[in-house]
Amino acid sequence: MNTSGHVISPNTPAMPNGSGAAAILSAGIGAFALAVLAFAGDKSASVKSLLVFYKPTGPLSGVTTAAILIWLFTWRIMEWRWRNRTVAVGRSNAIALILLGLSLLLTFPPFVDLF
Amino acid sequence: MGFGALYLLAFSGALAELYFFTAALQPSETAPNRERFLKVYLIAMVVLAWFAVLTGAYVIYPWYRAIPPTGSTDLSMFPQQLLMSSSTTIGWHSFGMEWKEHIAWFAPISITMVAFVFIRYGRDLRNHRQLRSAVLCFSLVSFLAAGVAGLFGALIDKQAPVQGGHTIQLGAGGAK
Repeated sequence: MNTSGHVISPNTPAMPNGSGAAAILSAGIGAFALAVLAFAGDKSASVKSLLVFYKPTGPLSGVTTAAILIWLFTWRIMEWRWRNRTVAVGRSNAIALILLGLSLLLTFPPFVDLF
Repeated sequence: MGFGALYLLAFSGALAELYFFTAALQPSETAPNRERFLKVYLIAMVVLAWFAVLTGAYVIYPWYRAIPPTGSTDLSMFPQQLLMSSSTTIGWHSFGMEWKEHIAWFAPISITMVAFVFIRYGRDLRNHRQLRSAVLCFSLVSFLAAGVAGLFGALIDKQAPVQGGHTIQLGAGGAK
């Protein structure tokens, strides 16, 4: 007999969705950061030279290192803020997927060459 | 390339397992051992994906970008310069390598997130439909990214150092 008056459904989430939403949105942001940095490096010689962190690898070293740092930093902040919260995950997922789609577009050479 | 190939081989199993595990309606349908196995499997994929991009960027790519000595006419050991030396092969660099070198990084970023979410939520992920959908979307993008990188890696390897990069045109269809 349920003395509390509540029926626990097997489909009720046991954990808040904040942690997952933070991971998904930060992955989208990280991918987008990588794409924007790659695009900027391709279009600007000064940005390109700034992104050479390791000469044998060229600007790819800066693009990827900076993007990974942005991704991990964003993830850490969002995880800290959302970890125990239930958030509007539909909206954050939509933003993450849009950013991921834009990232794919911004790293596709024929699209980049349009600018 | 070996790490990337292993990653691609492992992917279909991970995606199927991830889908069926998180879509099962009853908790009893999935054993704890299976959940533990999938967590280890995803961690192995994360390691493979990061090894693939890091060795690609910091071991293979510097060799690909090597600049030949001034006056050198034999470019066979300098793949980028070899491909860019002819209008019929420059596309392998300006399209193939330019695309591959960036899109490849979406694979480890995506699969790291997927593994984290699965490890954090486990079987509770079936109760978070929106999280599950996004995780599956990112998994597919991870596969796409690894596939593009692997495909162009293999084709460029074949084109530049093996065949010398003189005769096969990218996208022109037919010239042999």
